Amino acid sequence: MLRYLKIYALLLRNSLIREMSFKANFLLWTVVEVLWFFGQVLFIDVLFSHIETLGDWTKWQVVALVGTHQVVAQIFQAFFYVNLTQIPELVRTGKLDVYLTLPVDSQFAVSSKQFGVDNLVNTGIGLAITAFSLSKLGVVPSVGRVALYFFSVLLGVTIHYSVMFSLSTLCFWIIRAQGLIYGYFNLFNIGRYPDSVFRGAFKWIFTWVIPVILVANVPTRILTGALEHPWLGIAPLALTSLLMLLFTRWLWLRGLARYASASS
Amino acid sequence: MMAVYRRVFGIGLQDTFVYRWNFVLRSLFSVIPLIGTFFVWRSVCEQGAGLSEYNLSAIVFYFVAVMVVDNLASPTEDEWRIAAEIREGQISALLTKPINHLAYRLSLFGAYRFLYSLVTLPVVGGILWILREHLQLPQSALTWPLFALSVLGSALLQFFIAYSLAMLAFWILEVSTLIFILYSFEYFLSGHVFPLDLLSPRLQAALQWTPFPYELFFPVQILLERLDPVALQRGFCMQFFWVCMMGCTARLLWMQGVRKYQAAGG
Repeated sequence: MLRYLKIYALLLRNSLIREMSFKANFLLWTVVEVLWFFGQVLFIDVLFSHIETLGDWTKWQVVALVGTHQVVAQIFQAFFYVNLTQIPELVRTGKLDVYLTLPVDSQFAVSSKQFGVDNLVNTGIGLAITAFSLSKLGVVPSVGRVALYFFSVLLGVTIHYSVMFSLSTLCFWIIRAQGLIYGYFNLFNIGRYPDSVFRGAFKWIFTWVIPVILVANVPTRILTGALEHPWLGIAPLALTSLLMLLFTRWLWLRGLARYASASS
Repeated sequence: MMAVYRRVFGIGLQDTFVYRWNFVLRSLFSVIPLIGTFFVWRSVCEQGAGLSEYNLSAIVFYFVAVMVVDNLASPTEDEWRIAAEIREGQISALLTKPINHLAYRLSLFGAYRFLYSLVTLPVVGGILWILREHLQLPQSALTWPLFALSVLGSALLQFFIAYSLAMLAFWILEVSTLIFILYSFEYFLSGHVFPLDLLSPRLQAALQWTPFPYELFFPVQILLERLDPVALQRGFCMQFFWVCMMGCTARLLWMQGVRKYQAAGG
């Protein structure tokens, strides 16, 4: 385990050096992110100029939700996104061989090569928005709640990772799988909305099978105090993210078995 | 001369045909946010006051129309590909050929959109069928040709904007951030996320002068028959103006760019 941490620290350092040689681009990505936030807030503003609550959420709770959604998504994108999008290409061109011969776990190797520093800056922006909406709500969460918030954010990152990893890994079976990458964005698009607007089978599937609805909603509810018992939210989140992570492992091993037979 | 571009269109069709499964996957996945949108607006409409301008059916019809116009008229990867061609020096080969690059790229764009719309027709048809009780065919027969014209204008406008952005690759190495900056404006201000007439009157009035509403919102409004003749005329004039403006910008940037262009190793 310690060895993996050391390898990871080295990889982070390399990425940081690489990113810093493109400073202007780095700043522009932050501009993109800020614009995106303004757009979202404009949308929320338009909605709430006509209504009082969305589901059982008030305006600033929804802003906190959007902020939290961004925090989770950006942490995931900082550490994993670019690496996972490259898996289909590695499989198609056979460059995956290099990763398989490394003396580390292959799933770790393909998941961890690059790291996006700008995404961490954007995580900060997301946190700032969330904190601002908390002040608008007049909520001061306890230290315990904040800790649970970050714990559930990490569980959310696991779900982001698992969904994207599964989509990318399907390339072992479908060679031209770039279309699947859009699936990631389409799936998590619904994660920005309050859970209480969804109903029926749709809600059930995206809570228990592919739990994208839980990802941002649970941490936000914990932070704003909208959940009486934080563990009521964390338990399903922890359970589903563990199951999804195990699923990626299974899928990866199945994919590798297929890869080996395809190239020989 | 037209024959050349017809041929390019044909090549574009063959070239994009390999992506057909991607198209189907993409349109299938896009159903998920559409359902999400449906739930959000249903929750909005269920509230006492709701929206004065739209009931649930009108809102559903609005977003279905957005999807249709988007399929028909929005460039998906054109700007990336054009920029990559410039960056990697592949346009050298094109420069030696007696063709107009803008017309060449426009033909490829046309082929791509045509094939995309065709391949995703079953998915779109399925969505239309499921939501049929919310949809309303236009009352006036005139709406169809007007809608077609406005979609054509929208496609040209969006293509010229994408092309102009890609041209910046002649001057700067990495255009993807700029593409995303413009994309965020387009996403929120062209009516993708919410109908623009829910904005405050002041913002709406200001937006009318920008190209964004004519990329999506204007054709959708025509299909929903929400425009009076005056607004219709005004809209077409503004759309035409922006198509010409962006068309000239695209052409001008290309000419300036080629002058600046140096192929590596050439």
